[in-house]
Amino acid sequence: MYSQKVMDHFTNPRNVGEIEDADGVGMVGNPICGDVMKLSIKVDGDRITSAKFKTFGCGAAIATSSMVTELVKGKTLEEAMDISNKAVAEALDGLPANKMHCSNLAADALHKAIEDYLARKQGKTSAKRASGEG
Amino acid sequence: MKIAYLDNAATTQPRQEVVEAMLPYLRERYGNPSSIYSIAREARAALDEAREKVARVLGADPREVIFTSGGTESDNTAIKGVAYANRDKGNHIITSAIEHHAVLDSVKRLEKQGFRATYVPVDSQGMVDPRDVASAITGETILISIMHANNEVGTIEPIEEIAKIAKERGVYFHTDAVQTVGHISVDVGRLGVDLLSLSAHKFHGPKGVGALYVRRGVRMDRYIDGGAQERNRRAGTENVAGIVGLATALELAAAEMEHEMRRISKLRDHLISGVRERISHVRLNGHPTQRLPGNVSFCFEFIEGESLLLNLDMLGICGSSGSACTSGSLEPSHVLLAMGVPHEIAHGSLRLTLSRYTTAEEVDYVLEHLPGIVQKLRAMSPFGAEAGFSDGCGVRGARETAAKAK
Repeated sequence: MYSQKVMDHFTNPRNVGEIEDADGVGMVGNPICGDVMKLSIKVDGDRITSAKFKTFGCGAAIATSSMVTELVKGKTLEEAMDISNKAVAEALDGLPANKMHCSNLAADALHKAIEDYLARKQGKTSAKRASGEG
Repeated sequence: MKIAYLDNAATTQPRQEVVEAMLPYLRERYGNPSSIYSIAREARAALDEAREKVARVLGADPREVIFTSGGTESDNTAIKGVAYANRDKGNHIITSAIEHHAVLDSVKRLEKQGFRATYVPVDSQGMVDPRDVASAITGETILISIMHANNEVGTIEPIEEIAKIAKERGVYFHTDAVQTVGHISVDVGRLGVDLLSLSAHKFHGPKGVGALYVRRGVRMDRYIDGGAQERNRRAGTENVAGIVGLATALELAAAEMEHEMRRISKLRDHLISGVRERISHVRLNGHPTQRLPGNVSFCFEFIEGESLLLNLDMLGICGSSGSACTSGSLEPSHVLLAMGVPHEIAHGSLRLTLSRYTTAEEVDYVLEHLPGIVQKLRAMSPFGAEAGFSDGCGVRGARETAAKAK
């Protein structure tokens, strides 16, 4: 039912864990539905230098999480925002139809992590401005 | 690769003796039992003999045994057949929240056709309270259907008590005994049931054949229309080879039952205590003692069932899960939910079911590998003993959102 690539990423998931001093963290999904992904990223300039994930979910959920951490490495924030859930599934040679909707959330987690990074940056900038340093 | 087949509640390996008993009826004795020449008479004789064997094991009269295509057909026939035939007496049916879909969906269809249904709840161990059944009976109640034992969590229901209540109130009582026949003692007289479903492939017989016990005098319409087979109660040329296989498997199971029950229960208890010793945050589903000899069902917190099954499969261990991913729907097991298991924990369920072919080595093999798999998946999970299920996204909020979405 799963492609070889899915099984490869499921069996040997890349970049499992949480980045301790992450620049952005995104969490999506819902344990009630059975899939939750938490993705943390490290950003240097406008490029994502590393990404790590933790996922509660089925084979597809774990494989897409693993794949997105590979796809995003070295990408600019703009390029990363363009990675879609569909693209993640395609990079895994596809997912079973019933998994496309419920377990294919990895790109959403990535986008949330980037938004978190941007919000934090924004926060810092406005904080600096408010204290008269900026 | 080594295979540890521990999904015997799904289906069992047909016994060699069963396959051999069936073969003549797939080869030279292929006659239609309704015809008059010699090869047909041989088939007819085999059919009669099989019916007598099944009746003997169940404590029934041969005329009370109808052969069907399996447990699902038996359940559909019992429920719809009794409902249609007794509509003049009433339109209310009582069943439980944890029945197999063959029962639940039959009752739901009847509801669409104007019948009313009550689904009695179960407690946290999956047990039906006979008092709930008694208080649900109205003047309109024509049928009660409660399973003998649950297929997912293994809880054995208080069927004798419920049958007694049904009898006192003059209501027909059907039990889905697909998980118990061939595994624990099933005597229709002692249980006091009016109708009982069974399926051959759950006790090392072939797939595609089952039986329905219908006590003499029970008013039941036939469900499959056509010829006059099965004393006009189930049309269609009989699956002779399958029926011979069913009877052979049942007779063998009955002869070995006492010994196998003891042996398998011991393996079950070893597996349950072994898992509990080795893995934390694990819940046993179902009743601790009133359970099928071969059923082990757990929920492992913070992980999801399908990923657990895939990892076990890589080691040749065959199990099943009630997670939404494996049920083919978005909801986890209706049985676990009815027992009050929260959604997020129900997703982490694992069922391992044993049989006469299960060995102590296989159980030890599972105990050797399962803790590592659970640990690996938990290390990957954003949830855990410290964070619980509340880290970040808020289970309670999510549950409210899910409830609103319904």
